[in-house]
Amino acid sequence: MEPAIKINNLDVFAGKTQILKNINCEIQKKMITVILGPSGCGKTTLLKCMNRLTDLYPELKVSGEILINEKNILDPGADIYKLRQSMGLLSQRPYPLPMTIYNNIAYALKLRGVTKRRELHKLVMDYLKQAALYDEVRNRLREPASRLSIGQQQRLCLARGLAVNPEIILADEPTSALDPISSRFIDEKFQELKKDYTIVVVTHVLRQARRIADNVIFMYLGEIIEQGPSTEFFENPKQEKTKLYLEGMFN
Amino acid sequence: MKRSLKVEETVFRVLMILSTAFILLILGVIIYSVFEKGMRALSLEMLTHIPEGGYYYGKGGGILNAIVGSMVLAFGATILAFLIGLPVALYINVFLHGKPKLVNLIRFILDLIWGIPSIVYGAFGFTLMVLIGLQTSLLAGIITVTLFILPIMIRSMDEIFRTVPMGLMEASYSLGSNKSELAFKIFTRQSVSGIITAVLLSFGRAIGDAASVLFTAGYTDNLPNSLLEPVATLPLSIFFQLASPVPEVQARAYASALVLTVIILIVSLFSRGLGKRYHKTKINF
Repeated sequence: MEPAIKINNLDVFAGKTQILKNINCEIQKKMITVILGPSGCGKTTLLKCMNRLTDLYPELKVSGEILINEKNILDPGADIYKLRQSMGLLSQRPYPLPMTIYNNIAYALKLRGVTKRRELHKLVMDYLKQAALYDEVRNRLREPASRLSIGQQQRLCLARGLAVNPEIILADEPTSALDPISSRFIDEKFQELKKDYTIVVVTHVLRQARRIADNVIFMYLGEIIEQGPSTEFFENPKQEKTKLYLEGMFN
Repeated sequence: MKRSLKVEETVFRVLMILSTAFILLILGVIIYSVFEKGMRALSLEMLTHIPEGGYYYGKGGGILNAIVGSMVLAFGATILAFLIGLPVALYINVFLHGKPKLVNLIRFILDLIWGIPSIVYGAFGFTLMVLIGLQTSLLAGIITVTLFILPIMIRSMDEIFRTVPMGLMEASYSLGSNKSELAFKIFTRQSVSGIITAVLLSFGRAIGDAASVLFTAGYTDNLPNSLLEPVATLPLSIFFQLASPVPEVQARAYASALVLTVIILIVSLFSRGLGKRYHKTKINF
């Protein structure tokens, strides 16, 4: 099968420091790919290249090729607004928009072009249910989203991310700020969502990677050390650095 | 704890308490003297009537002309400055995001303009009036005061927008928002309390300044009824009354000062209240 994302010879510089060195990898469709590695190895930067949030950081110089549906998204002419809509983002800590719970999702739906009130209402309810948030917030839809707990906010952000109807979900350590119950919910939700979505998760937690990954990309100091199917990676690592990492010798 | 550390701690604490007390004392003395002198001359008639016998020699009537004039002028200038300032502040923070050198230059220039004394604005406004053939009038006053408070308005909103977290920008971009949606739907909502503070701060400056309106708005004993006629303002009514040779009129200057102080006090309290109310809708950190 065609990969969802194909990255060729990607280099990222911040000034004279090279953050990502000659990255070549493939993200398979409808699977969970975990980008694993110790803090500061460039995982998050790699993720942000995929929806060009790197544009927000003028000090970053990105070169190479990221192919999605055979189009290079690093091309200056690429439609980045459409590109970003084809991807949902879940960040390390939830950032609800400064509006009501209802409008957080309605905002995303309107960007996607839903305008009829009745349809809007129905879809908002659907996405709240998808994120298992509906029962908790059904009576407080008009309250500011900031009044939710962090775990609820992260689920709201997931619902909002799904509402733009993406093909790919990018998640940057999505459970690192959450309590164990909310974390488990997100992990389980990903298992369910991979039937319909391609999912990329950045994490430095080995246990989480073991639990959810279909494929693993292991990074160290801006380079990909090893990549492949999860079982292969954890049970039969090829590289010396991978073995050391799995034994807990880093960090 | 070591003895020397303890001494150091005590010395600095005493110094801080002293300087705080000093500031409070100054504030207290100013408010006391304004109230003390102002209350003696203040009467209902002063608040509800226009001057009788001229603002310079007249002992009768009131300062309604200046109260209404100041309000109209300050409101007009604040609204105008808001309409110009909000887009500028948003432009700096959303559209110019990622061009730190240019943004720093703009901020530096705005800070320089902020520092220009208001009498210079008055003189500039006057030059401008001559150029376009405008006489001393409410309109000329509004234009000049707008220019005077514009840097204050822009920079205070700018400082608020700078605190919008990067993650929120990323979140709304990743939903596919474009820059104007980010600016007008996310930034403004996230910063409501700060925007209100910026507006009221600018209003306070607009209503309290005498020098910028001296040549541009002029002065009159009548209520404002046209944009093209001169208008009275509270700071100038204090200025003229205080300069009068008649002691009763001088006393009325303090009553005018009291009115101005109370207006600014109400505006500040109001802004605090509104700011607190909207603060709750911000995301929690």
